[in-house]
Amino acid sequence: MVTELARKENNYQTAFQTVRESSPTVPWLELVRNSAMDRFEQLGFPTVHAEEWKYTNLAPLAKQSFMPATHATNASLDGAQFVYPETATAHLVVVNGFLSEEHSVRTGLENAIAIDLLSAVADARYNKIARSYLARNAGYHNNGLAALNTAFMQSGLFLWIPRNVKIETPIQVTFVTDAEHDDAASFPRLLVVAEENSSATLIESFVSTRNRQYFTNAIAEVVLKEGARLEHYRMQRESDNAFHTSITSASLGRSASYDTTSVNLGGRLSRHDIAVVLDHEGAECWVDGLYLAGADQHTDTHSVIDHQQPHCTSHQLYKGILDGNARGVFNGKIFVREGAQKTDAMQTNKNLLLSPQARVDTKPQLEIYADDVKCAHGAAVGQIDEEELFYLQARGINPELGRNLLTYGFAEEVIGKIKIDSIRSQLDEIVLRQLNTQLE
Amino acid sequence: MLEIRNLHAGIDGNEILKGINLTIRKGEIHAIMGPNGSGKSTLAKVLAGHPQYEVTAGEVIYEGKNLLELSPDERARAGVFMAFQYPIEVPGVSNAQFLRLAYNEKRKHLGEEELDPLEFKDLLKERAKVVEMDASFMTRSVNEGFSGGEKKRNEILQMAVLEPKLAVLDETDSGLDIDALRVVASGVNQLLTPDNAIIVVTHYQRLLNYIVPDYVHVLASGRIAREGGKELALELEEKGYDWIKVPTQNEVGPAKLNAAN
Repeated sequence: MVTELARKENNYQTAFQTVRESSPTVPWLELVRNSAMDRFEQLGFPTVHAEEWKYTNLAPLAKQSFMPATHATNASLDGAQFVYPETATAHLVVVNGFLSEEHSVRTGLENAIAIDLLSAVADARYNKIARSYLARNAGYHNNGLAALNTAFMQSGLFLWIPRNVKIETPIQVTFVTDAEHDDAASFPRLLVVAEENSSATLIESFVSTRNRQYFTNAIAEVVLKEGARLEHYRMQRESDNAFHTSITSASLGRSASYDTTSVNLGGRLSRHDIAVVLDHEGAECWVDGLYLAGADQHTDTHSVIDHQQPHCTSHQLYKGILDGNARGVFNGKIFVREGAQKTDAMQTNKNLLLSPQARVDTKPQLEIYADDVKCAHGAAVGQIDEEELFYLQARGINPELGRNLLTYGFAEEVIGKIKIDSIRSQLDEIVLRQLNTQLE
Repeated sequence: MLEIRNLHAGIDGNEILKGINLTIRKGEIHAIMGPNGSGKSTLAKVLAGHPQYEVTAGEVIYEGKNLLELSPDERARAGVFMAFQYPIEVPGVSNAQFLRLAYNEKRKHLGEEELDPLEFKDLLKERAKVVEMDASFMTRSVNEGFSGGEKKRNEILQMAVLEPKLAVLDETDSGLDIDALRVVASGVNQLLTPDNAIIVVTHYQRLLNYIVPDYVHVLASGRIAREGGKELALELEEKGYDWIKVPTQNEVGPAKLNAAN
């Protein structure tokens, strides 16, 4: 087993040599990539022996020989199919981890900058910002997956919203896996820096063109400066055969506001680590999400909300719907550090199990080191409520439709918060399709 | 329309109804009264088909069919409606969506064409007038955050949309202030036709000032202890329930009911 793992990780080592040759960059980033590769070789993929990976076994991923993509394939890719209508004038398409200029539209971006991340690192206008924040929030020294992504950074997107710029048009970043063969791996990377008092809406979308087995290992780093506001949606709709691991890591400046909703629908195995650090006074965040898993799917969300400074507020609502033999994991930590007085933190995780074989492990955790705070958390796992079902039946709705309607209603608490109409209706449709139900 | 014969039913092995006999014809309003624990609400729930209640003996014939063999949703589609004492909140499902689904399920059952959201909106607007309900209630989740009175009005709105043949109002007056009571009662009265019937289950006479019953049946310990016209309700209001004698089995039956009228 150990030799097997070593051999597969060698596979990445071989691919890494190719990347270094095919995708040269500035010495600073060369250094970062080399150091990340070293770390990956030492750390490898996380195993179930690590506390944070107790319920999610990456052995099938580690055993597989995934080949890192070296370029964006297929110029004939129909990128438009993935674009939400609201983002028609501001969408960036990243194919197999590489920003595709021909599929991207920037007219609605106004003064914001959305360019290839490697170009930004090498560009005198942006390299200071990029270097200050790249691989900062999502450090790779203790995280094998972050190390792997960082080592294979060949493109990605740098999104910079200058001071006082308020962008009305939602910006969409679509990460498409367009694999002609099984076993492709891609390493999408996003760095968002929102300067003082700027505001924007960002939609990250993970999709694929074919129902292949592939591996997406993504990182999004988000930096909000003082007074910046970001609404951040994350739609994970990978293929049913995909492995998806991703890290979202945000830091919030003074009085910054970060409102994020993560929707996890696809993938045979998906894992999302989201961390929000409130390291300046008065910051506020909403870290919400919905996971929906059916037959043979495994979905895991690990969330950390870190209150480091006083007068910060965090809200969290995660809901999960698990059907068939699906397995769900929710682990939500809230830290209130020493001195972080007047923290207001609220966390809820609710799960609905639709079949006797479905299972969820939920673990909300609060660690408080300050004495003047308001914190609450709770987790629930339940089935369809029989009294609610009877109520629907008493109005002539058959039990199957009634169950589906209640399931839809359960998801709606998260879906209803989403402010982008087309995402909301897409989700309604997906939830109802999964339930074989039509409401219209 | 409805014939209840020697109905015995209970929950968790405890018998609550101990031989109910009742006949209801089209166009009639029947009041079921009785002290707490007499079995009034159990009777309503058994008629609606609540899964926790078990019928141990007797039969219920509705329009020539054995009602007890039908599932709750089949009963509803066949025209039986129960207004809940405690209406359930259904988060995430809008009132309009819910009502249209229920309405269309019934249309399908009758072999009629379903209404699309726009057509249904017009119908809903019309029916909402019956209970003076504001359009904002239609986009809100079913009963979620509704006050007690709003929930009861919403029950009657559902009744107005579904147009049942037999409506059972389970303590619809409980928790209502006098204004809400008037609105609800007026709604029910507007929905009464010569072809449908209403069973009003209530503890107090108050509601019966507004929804005037043709017959009053008083339950005590799971049996009908006394029957009469609307004046019986007034008598109960005055004297309370203490004087009602608990009958032995079969003391009061359909024959006696007919004689009383």
